[in-house]
Amino acid sequence: MSVFLEGIAWLFSPDRLSGPNPLPERLAEHLGYTLLALVIAAVIAVPLGYLIGHTGRGRDLAVGLSGAARALPSLGLLFVLTLLVGIGDAPVAATIVFVVLGIPPILAGAYAGFESVDRRVVDAARSVGMTPLQVALRVEAPLGLPLLIAGVRSAALQIVSTAVLAAYVNLGGLGIYLQRGIQLRSYDEMIGGAIVVVLLAFAIDGFFALLQRLCTPAGVRVAGGAAQTTRGRRHRRPATPRGAAQ
Amino acid sequence: MIEFEGVRKTYPDGTTAVDGIDLTIPAREITVLVGSSGCGKTTLLRMVNRMIDPTAGTVSIDGEDVGSLDPVRLRRRIGYVMQNGGLLPHRSVLDNITTVLRLNRVPRAQARARGLELMDTVSLDRGLASRYPAQLSGGQQQRVGVARGLASDPNILLMDEPFGAVDPIVRAELQRELLRVHRELAKTIVFVTHDIDEAFLLGDRVVILRTGGVIAQQGTPAEILAHPADDFVAGFIGADSGQRRLRVVERDGARIVVDRHDRPVGLLDADTPAHSDRR
Repeated sequence: MSVFLEGIAWLFSPDRLSGPNPLPERLAEHLGYTLLALVIAAVIAVPLGYLIGHTGRGRDLAVGLSGAARALPSLGLLFVLTLLVGIGDAPVAATIVFVVLGIPPILAGAYAGFESVDRRVVDAARSVGMTPLQVALRVEAPLGLPLLIAGVRSAALQIVSTAVLAAYVNLGGLGIYLQRGIQLRSYDEMIGGAIVVVLLAFAIDGFFALLQRLCTPAGVRVAGGAAQTTRGRRHRRPATPRGAAQ
Repeated sequence: MIEFEGVRKTYPDGTTAVDGIDLTIPAREITVLVGSSGCGKTTLLRMVNRMIDPTAGTVSIDGEDVGSLDPVRLRRRIGYVMQNGGLLPHRSVLDNITTVLRLNRVPRAQARARGLELMDTVSLDRGLASRYPAQLSGGQQQRVGVARGLASDPNILLMDEPFGAVDPIVRAELQRELLRVHRELAKTIVFVTHDIDEAFLLGDRVVILRTGGVIAQQGTPAEILAHPADDFVAGFIGADSGQRRLRVVERDGARIVVDRHDRPVGLLDADTPAHSDRR
């Protein structure tokens, strides 16, 4: 029997619901880490990204820091942080690693969303008497939402696939099967665990794809072609409003 | 009444958009700022609602220096209509029209009722109220823009090339409608265009600007046509190319008005005496 089929057989074995590592429990752990990290990353990155997108300032710094964060090896960072905070606080270390991973795509989605909004629309919003905050929350945020969701989607995928590392510092999650599988040379367990991680990633991706569609404002969706041109347009602010009253 | 006193706008890169302009815009009339691109007409317009602050000089409305007013509050009491309507794409037609009312905390039901009335004012079918801007034609979007500008019943309406992006037939229709709305509501309208024919058609007063942001000439269309201040103005209004020099020739028993190149431009009414008023 091929290893792959053994993995599937392992997956559907009744033993998965019992023993020291029941699948539902590990799955819940894995999802929990992912969700927690995603929420924390969003709380940090969304306001920051909005600020960058709204003011047009600090973009280069954000791009640089995001690049650096992406380049950090997650496993190495996890070990270093765990040693720093102590093994008892390993969940904190793991969460930090996943948050660091999740911030760059969300940050990019947030400011790209703001930047994708037609400058003439922003100008119109200001000229009818919206405050900068109203422009950000009532115009830029809703129009930039699809790109923000795309960023969150990318972050979620990164985190859910990296969360297998949690097992390396004894925190469980779906990574436990991979780790055990390697150590015990039980390839069925390894493949089975990997299949669950992949399916989970697919499910999360599908969920966010749906959310992205639902979050596209109706007026933009009906525009069809018009939405396409607005999207992906990277307007730098024109020189004129720089001296303008804010 | 809007007054510009010694207004100048210089950008950090050294370009001068407006160079020392003194101008009085009378209340309840249409004043058209006209000139080719780079003459500072839009800059001048946007100084009225503080979308741009002058580098030097003051802009005042009824004697009150706008520099001393809160820009957001100021903008909420001045109507602003721009090219392409400048509508919010994610909001319905009615929500776009009532934006300013809602910002001014007018209750929703009252704002909606007023918004529907405004749709009548600008000859928009009320059935379009729940549509989105992208579902409207260019001319309809422009009407929504005008309705939004009028929503809070402002004394002043600023219009920045509002009819620049629609086809000539729709433009002519919108121009007629604007004159009708102005007759009904008598707002102080400041209108920016690069089209001298539009300026002469709409303006009670016309201000011609030249590159570098200085006034070349201002006056009623008749004054400017009768006595262009210099060669620039003459060239700009087309007086030197012959298209403004009209004469009457008799053809087939009718009196035809032709330009200097004998191209017919109109027909003289038989018994119309010379009229002193331009309208």
